[in-house]
Amino acid sequence: MRKPLELYIHIPFCERKCGYCDFLSGPAPMNIQRRYAEQMIKEIACQSKHYPGYRVVSVFLGGGTPSLLEPGQILDIMKAVRGNFRLEVDAEVTMEMNPGTVTMEKLQACRESGINRVSIGLQSADDKELKTLGRVHTYDEFLKTYQRARQAGFANVSVDLMSALPGQTLSSWKATLKRVTMLKPEHISAYSLMIEEGTPFYSRYHGHPELLPDEEEERKMYYLTKQYLHSHGFERYEISNYARPGFECRHNTGYWTGVEYLGLGLGASSYIHGFRFRNEADLEVYCGIEMEGADADDRLHKEIVRLTEKERMEEFMFLGLRMTRGVSGTEFEKRFGVTLGDVYGKVLDKLVKNGLVILEEPYVRLSDFGVDISNYVLSEFLL
Amino acid sequence: MPIIDQNRIRNFCIIAHIDHGKSTLADRIIEMTGLLTSREMQSQVLDNMDLERERGITIKAQAVRTVYKAKNGEEYIFNLIDTPGHVDFNYEVSRSLAACDGAILVVDAAQGIEAQTLANVYLALDHDLDVFPVLNKIDLPSAEPDRVAAEIEDVIGLEAADAPRISAKTGLNVEEVLEAIVEKIPAPSGNAAAPLKALIFDSLYDSYKGVIIFCRIKEGTVKKGTTIRMMATGAEEEVVEVGYFGAGQFIPCEELSAGMVGYITASIKNVKDTAVGDTITDKFNPCSEPLPGYKKVTSMVYCGLYPADGAKYNDLRDALEKLQLNDASLFFEPETSIALGFGFRCGFLGLLHLEIIQERLEREYNLDLVTTAPGVVYRVHKKSGDMIELTNPSNLPDPSEIEFMEEPIVTAEIMVTTEFVGAIMTLCQERRGVYLGMEYIETTRALLKYELPLNEIIYDFFDALKSRSRGYASFDYEIKGYEQSELVKLDILINKEEVDALSFIVHASSAYERGRKMCEKLKEEIPRHLFEIPIQAAVGGKIIARETVKAMRKDVLAKCYGGDISRKKKLLEKQKEGKKRMRQVGNVEIPQKAFMSVLKLDEE
Repeated sequence: MRKPLELYIHIPFCERKCGYCDFLSGPAPMNIQRRYAEQMIKEIACQSKHYPGYRVVSVFLGGGTPSLLEPGQILDIMKAVRGNFRLEVDAEVTMEMNPGTVTMEKLQACRESGINRVSIGLQSADDKELKTLGRVHTYDEFLKTYQRARQAGFANVSVDLMSALPGQTLSSWKATLKRVTMLKPEHISAYSLMIEEGTPFYSRYHGHPELLPDEEEERKMYYLTKQYLHSHGFERYEISNYARPGFECRHNTGYWTGVEYLGLGLGASSYIHGFRFRNEADLEVYCGIEMEGADADDRLHKEIVRLTEKERMEEFMFLGLRMTRGVSGTEFEKRFGVTLGDVYGKVLDKLVKNGLVILEEPYVRLSDFGVDISNYVLSEFLL
Repeated sequence: MPIIDQNRIRNFCIIAHIDHGKSTLADRIIEMTGLLTSREMQSQVLDNMDLERERGITIKAQAVRTVYKAKNGEEYIFNLIDTPGHVDFNYEVSRSLAACDGAILVVDAAQGIEAQTLANVYLALDHDLDVFPVLNKIDLPSAEPDRVAAEIEDVIGLEAADAPRISAKTGLNVEEVLEAIVEKIPAPSGNAAAPLKALIFDSLYDSYKGVIIFCRIKEGTVKKGTTIRMMATGAEEEVVEVGYFGAGQFIPCEELSAGMVGYITASIKNVKDTAVGDTITDKFNPCSEPLPGYKKVTSMVYCGLYPADGAKYNDLRDALEKLQLNDASLFFEPETSIALGFGFRCGFLGLLHLEIIQERLEREYNLDLVTTAPGVVYRVHKKSGDMIELTNPSNLPDPSEIEFMEEPIVTAEIMVTTEFVGAIMTLCQERRGVYLGMEYIETTRALLKYELPLNEIIYDFFDALKSRSRGYASFDYEIKGYEQSELVKLDILINKEEVDALSFIVHASSAYERGRKMCEKLKEEIPRHLFEIPIQAAVGGKIIARETVKAMRKDVLAKCYGGDISRKKKLLEKQKEGKKRMRQVGNVEIPQKAFMSVLKLDEE
């Protein structure tokens, strides 16, 4: 039986960098984008040689804004994936899109290339909030993109939203949820805005909590999200992710449950055979790497770390507990040969007593309060 | 080695306000008397502890002997005795001065006389030393040597018209200082045939030689085989070696006789036996009476030192014992705190001494420490007639048993430019100062005299002084004695539990203010928990201030970009690291640095 593998393909380009974004991405001229796509195809061909015993169960084209790629580039990249890896027939193949970057022609190319799920970055249905975020589109433009995706035949569409935005209120957030649920997407990601160091938002808002919704308001938005989406047919399956039954994102679920994944492209992270590593993160250097030859990997892969048994247990817990269903004690014992109680008995006792986790044999999961302060709870699982 | 003619010896020290160039001048003197080549010179030969170099102050007295060929063609032996430059070490300074016959007063030609300049000059004159002034830093554009020379004559009354005008940094005119040492500092006197009488001005523990005593021979002669007796401590031992101080090394010689400065080793195991200020005599031919001025060193400031990791208790004890080998003024005894576990109550000469010991424990012995708020020694007079010297607030008897309490008072001299006099007087009043008087040094500067309670100045008085005078005020003090005072114990309750390590003694009039600030500070320091935490300040069971640490509401990483697990883990690790540096009191975790909060109450 071949082992499951997930592919993450990073497209680091966008029209304009948003004020809150700290991902490895930015605008770049057409010729660089072309060179990058060509290099990506070479990397796929060269890396695939290491994975003869694997079957690819999901592919995720993330960014940046992958929908900036030209139709021909999308077709070429997916052709390379198909030609070099064994892609499962029912694999989930997702592409992230930004409103205003997709034409009908492009969407058809996506369909043709085998992409069967799109994730559209809306963030807010309020144009004022979109402007504050530094987004390049309006709500209307999102609507057009969404409808085009449906017309092109995409039956699995996800929408990304953000709460706790500067100037956002509980009622404007509710309006966003209402507008989006009316469209009946299959999946919604609803994140709280995080002020990340090194972003323009950091210099603007760090140390100015009065410009952002306060903690109480933010939590109210979070609870409203859960309750509102539930009443509209979406269940929370991860801290910030909601889906109609059967439409949970398989790719992300893989991350939380320890499925092996290979990251392709600039700065992409991988988890293979107990090793974590990261691709070269300098665009210039990445594009110049010779992808042929036995030492191509040395040039490409950085920060290679072998996880110890202890670290694998830690990750199993702090990643798995992000899932609403929690982690399974049976699965833990199967993987590590010791019981959850042997390793985390004391921690679990304390957390259960404090009402932060709930035990329902064989599952352990976070309570609602546990989710609110999940960093505190999850840090307890570091050994 | 021939007996040295007393007329060819000059024993002296250099006195100066901090940063006026004492160590630099010492370096130049050593360099120019030629015992060391420039290559051998470390930047500042006398200060050989790292810590001293970083802080720019001299902690322990040290000495160096050099040979100078004067313009008159004769060779002179210079014994330069270094003195500590901080009020914490006033007694050590006085013993170093007593080992000298004269002193060079270094004054910064740009800054003029400062508080320590005056205090040191008066101390030197008290010891009958001949003092001559030197104007330093004349290469600075802001130097005003004429004005400062006039100031020295007016304020101190020392002849300064022909004072050498030098730059110790560049070496300019330093040879004038060397000639002045020969001419203006008297040669020592004393009868080499009389019974031995030598002054201990420092000592040092060496793992091979045992204690090395630094001394000045006042009368008589000491050599290998002499059985010496320390007149105050009573310790007796046979001399193994005598010698003098090369730059950074000990050079053995045949004998030390009256007028000389040098060292003695005698297989002594503990510096406690060789107290600074004690008199050494010959057991079999003793002198009739000891030298005047010996005082038993007493600790002025106490605090609790606890290992951050309880398992390191024995390591901390070993480290304190090792430090004590070289520092008789360091006191410690075991104590136990409910909040902090097992540790030590330690006594110090002052706050600087405390900080130095704390830093050495952390740096040289790799110990992570929790320090409780420093306090002074209070005298508690009980109704039963007993008197307790209180060094740990937790040991304060029940108020019903107390007749009255006393606290130590100092006499302080503060020198400040006239524009800040008002601000400094306000500061002194806030610190319960009693105004004694004010003198004008010149039209723009004044010398303020106050009596202040020691516990009001040990933490941050110096910093407050500097900030309220834009750095221009200078300060010196000496202990006056004990006075009755209205003192109370301020307790801190966290989540309704009294935290013994946070209690401190405070004057009744400032209890409310201190309690309020303490609660505010702790509110900042204590992280949010799963539950709400009241922080209260109480005097005698009555709550006088309260703050609340709100319960944790939200701490969640919303977006966790799938592939990049290491970033997520770093965040969790940081969180876990934070928890480690906490002390569990009841079910509240208190960060270690919170126990020092009381020190920072006036920081704004």
